[in-house]
Amino acid sequence: MLIRLNVNGEWREADVWPGSSLLSVLRDDLGLWGTKNACEQGECGSCSAWLDGELVASCLVLAAQADGRRVETIESLGREGELHPVQEAFLDAGAVQCGFCTPGFEVAVTDLLRHDPHPSDETIREALAGNLCRCTGYQKIVDAVHLAADRMSEAPR
Amino acid sequence: MPVADRAVEARPGLGVGVSAPRVDGTPKALGAFAYGSDLWVEGMLFGGTLRSPHPSARIVSIDVSGAIVLPGVRRVMTAADLPAKRRYGLDVADQPVLAEDVVRYVGEPVAIVAADTPETAREAVAAIRVEYEPLPAVTDMEAALRPDAPRVSELGNVLRHIRIVHGDADAEADVWVEGYYEIGMQDQAPLGPEAGLAIPAADGGVDLHVSTQWLHSDLWQIAPCLGLPEDRVRLHLAGVGGAFGAREDLHMQIHACLLALATGRPVKFSYGREESFHGHVHRHPARMWFRTGARRDGTLVNTQARILLDGGAYTSSSPAVILNASTFAAGPYEMPNARIEGTAVYTNNPPAGAMRGFGAVQACFAHEAQMDRLAAALGMDPLELRRRNLLHTGSVLPTGQVIHGSAPAREVLERCVALPGPADPAPGERDPLLLPGGAGNVGRGEHVRRGVGYALGYKNIAYSEGFDDSCEAVVRLECDPDGVVASVHTAAVEVGQGLHTVLAQIVRTELGVDRVVQLQADTAVGSAGSTSASRQTVMAGGAVELACSRVREHLFARAAARAGAGAGFQGPFRLSDGHVFSGDTPLGRVEDLLDTPLEATEVYRHRPTNRLDGRGQGEPHLMFAFGAMRAVVDVDEDLGLVRVVQLAGVQDVGRALNPRGVASQIEGGAAQGLGLALLEEIQLRDGHIANASFTDYLLPTILDMPPVVSDVVEEPEPGSPYGAKGVGEGSTIVATAAVAAALRAATGRELNRVPVTPDDLAGLAGPRTSAGPAPVPDVPGPRPVYEYR
Repeated sequence: MLIRLNVNGEWREADVWPGSSLLSVLRDDLGLWGTKNACEQGECGSCSAWLDGELVASCLVLAAQADGRRVETIESLGREGELHPVQEAFLDAGAVQCGFCTPGFEVAVTDLLRHDPHPSDETIREALAGNLCRCTGYQKIVDAVHLAADRMSEAPR
Repeated sequence: MPVADRAVEARPGLGVGVSAPRVDGTPKALGAFAYGSDLWVEGMLFGGTLRSPHPSARIVSIDVSGAIVLPGVRRVMTAADLPAKRRYGLDVADQPVLAEDVVRYVGEPVAIVAADTPETAREAVAAIRVEYEPLPAVTDMEAALRPDAPRVSELGNVLRHIRIVHGDADAEADVWVEGYYEIGMQDQAPLGPEAGLAIPAADGGVDLHVSTQWLHSDLWQIAPCLGLPEDRVRLHLAGVGGAFGAREDLHMQIHACLLALATGRPVKFSYGREESFHGHVHRHPARMWFRTGARRDGTLVNTQARILLDGGAYTSSSPAVILNASTFAAGPYEMPNARIEGTAVYTNNPPAGAMRGFGAVQACFAHEAQMDRLAAALGMDPLELRRRNLLHTGSVLPTGQVIHGSAPAREVLERCVALPGPADPAPGERDPLLLPGGAGNVGRGEHVRRGVGYALGYKNIAYSEGFDDSCEAVVRLECDPDGVVASVHTAAVEVGQGLHTVLAQIVRTELGVDRVVQLQADTAVGSAGSTSASRQTVMAGGAVELACSRVREHLFARAAARAGAGAGFQGPFRLSDGHVFSGDTPLGRVEDLLDTPLEATEVYRHRPTNRLDGRGQGEPHLMFAFGAMRAVVDVDEDLGLVRVVQLAGVQDVGRALNPRGVASQIEGGAAQGLGLALLEEIQLRDGHIANASFTDYLLPTILDMPPVVSDVVEEPEPGSPYGAKGVGEGSTIVATAAVAAALRAATGRELNRVPVTPDDLAGLAGPRTSAGPAPVPDVPGPRPVYEYR
């Protein structure tokens, strides 16, 4: 089936198998590899993206559900030489090891900070409980969220 | 190495000893880093694997006709189609590329397909018809040792037996404590799935881009199975989404290459999570029977240990894992007398192999529980009992090996005790989010008990038992329009731990350059050995340091020659501020000396080790790293729920080359140890994995992990590059034992099995029992270790 979706500000078309997930369309049809596939069951958060501004596990969204809608992925956050403050904070806090979970975490953290610019430790942990990381033990991810929150509130609007 | 000996002035910036930023950080943060599962090339096919549904069965027939006729299916292969060597393996080539007459575990590959799309590949796999005749399966490690047990392997069911007899193994003690311990099967669960892309080449060979831990070991196993010389199989490292031991053994490598060569098209494999659980080895489940004896004053006298590991259906790295579990069974304590019998057995369970901690995790869970038990029997403080018996430089281990290098066990323990603890729970109303179970706690925390536990452990760094452990590095120094730049090329695998960042730091320190280019790891250079056994900082770091020294020598020679041979510049030379000096005389700018590049290739080898004799005596290990951890837990005794409040870990690292990277290893390793203590177990039912998903296999989330505080002890290891020791495994080894100790302290329960369950904590399940130690197999002693090639 043919679907049309606005991805990172650009309307794209894809001819997809009806059972395809949004994750599969992003990765296999549109070449947006930054959104990762680690469990395909909505347990790990590696495929976090926004659908009409709502944080979703893109592996649990049917491609057809995204037809005519707005999708934002990790690729919308920053680019070489122009990292998003959350991406910079992940690097500066040492929150990146193998990096496989990193895009999903950065999307989830960006979403959290949009809703709560100065989250407490407990709020951070609740908000990120849907994202798995196997390398860091999460300590430096919590540090990164605080660092990003501080920097983003200082930055001129 | 003393700074005074250095030919390069210490410089600020991002050299050794500094928390330099990751060299791969920006692409990872942007989502632009290409992992194995992200590889793509025009016209590629997608691979699929048919796996055995039986733990033990004879293959009566395989009918692929239903698959091959599907539109878009390009090739189906079974064992009958294999072109050359039919088996592979790390230590012993006993694992079929595709099952031949029998299958020995659930998940064993039986047939492979290549198709135009992943969906077609899946349909094709489902369309293959295999008739099996189920055979009796051995799915219990003790049953494997019974004389009437079916034979899993042609080699028998004893995979390897280690016997260590030390001192007077029958020595009497004033006080004995006895314990039985069990450990479930843990999964490494790297988030990046097994994946790779094989591209057929014009010379009849193949290029394989793959996420792995040791490119050359893969190469040496793959090439004979393709019937190709090694120079026509070229491996290139794809991005690795975590490893933790899961990528030491082959998974899709041979399959992708076979299909690429057979179809003449690129073939990509990328496992889903369920297939990943079946497609790699796991941590060895263990059963352990320990008796520990001491004098009344707390001096340890004797350890009697019987350790049984379930190696599953094939050998993998079990010979080295059982060696570790056995040689570390007495813990980081002086133990004058010991009898340790360790056996790894074959069963029809999924193969077990490498996972972070590699045998030392299992041993630590048992020896630390024994120490706490002994302290209770002696009426001593558990820390005091440990202090009284700690290993140190000069100590003799149960193998008779003398520790010649650094062994700061005392400093590690004392620093751990000194780390700040968590705040006491506030009196009065509790924050419900901070109750055990968090928002899921339906009680009010009436019976929440806090417990504190400690664990101490140690492990070998790098490969043991006489293995010829080496790493090659190529370093090149040149000048481009932007100035002086160094490049470093090794086959050493970056799995996320930060190795490539450390190698760049070493080049900066040794050559005084700021710009370092890390070339992609591949088999165009010599073997780097495995990214495992906490060895690459020492091994790859040592190789890069050597290659840099050689480049520097070339540079000094060139500078002296150009300054005029007659001028008599004999050195000592040094590099400072981009200039070569002879004493205080500047000989020239480095930039001006690099009109042609300078390059050096060097191989680093560590001091030889040797094998154990028939009584388990020898010098099997190179060096040792110690770790300690304190765990603080809250247990809701009504609900059996746990909140780990804090983990405090200290590791003996020789020297921290990148302090933040070291802290990250301690924190991440602690999380995996916590997972084994409380959550993570592959549930096996008659050889079947009952929970092959992240829904049912529980990894610690950010809610399960407490804050981790950490510290390091830097006592340089003599003879090691920069005095460094490996840092990857220490915290994993002690975290499981520390959390278990804290749970025991909170509940007063025995808790002799990990992962500990809510039923264990609420008293609905008692301690695991055993009819007594498993019989010791009748083998002459440690079998020789197989060569990797």
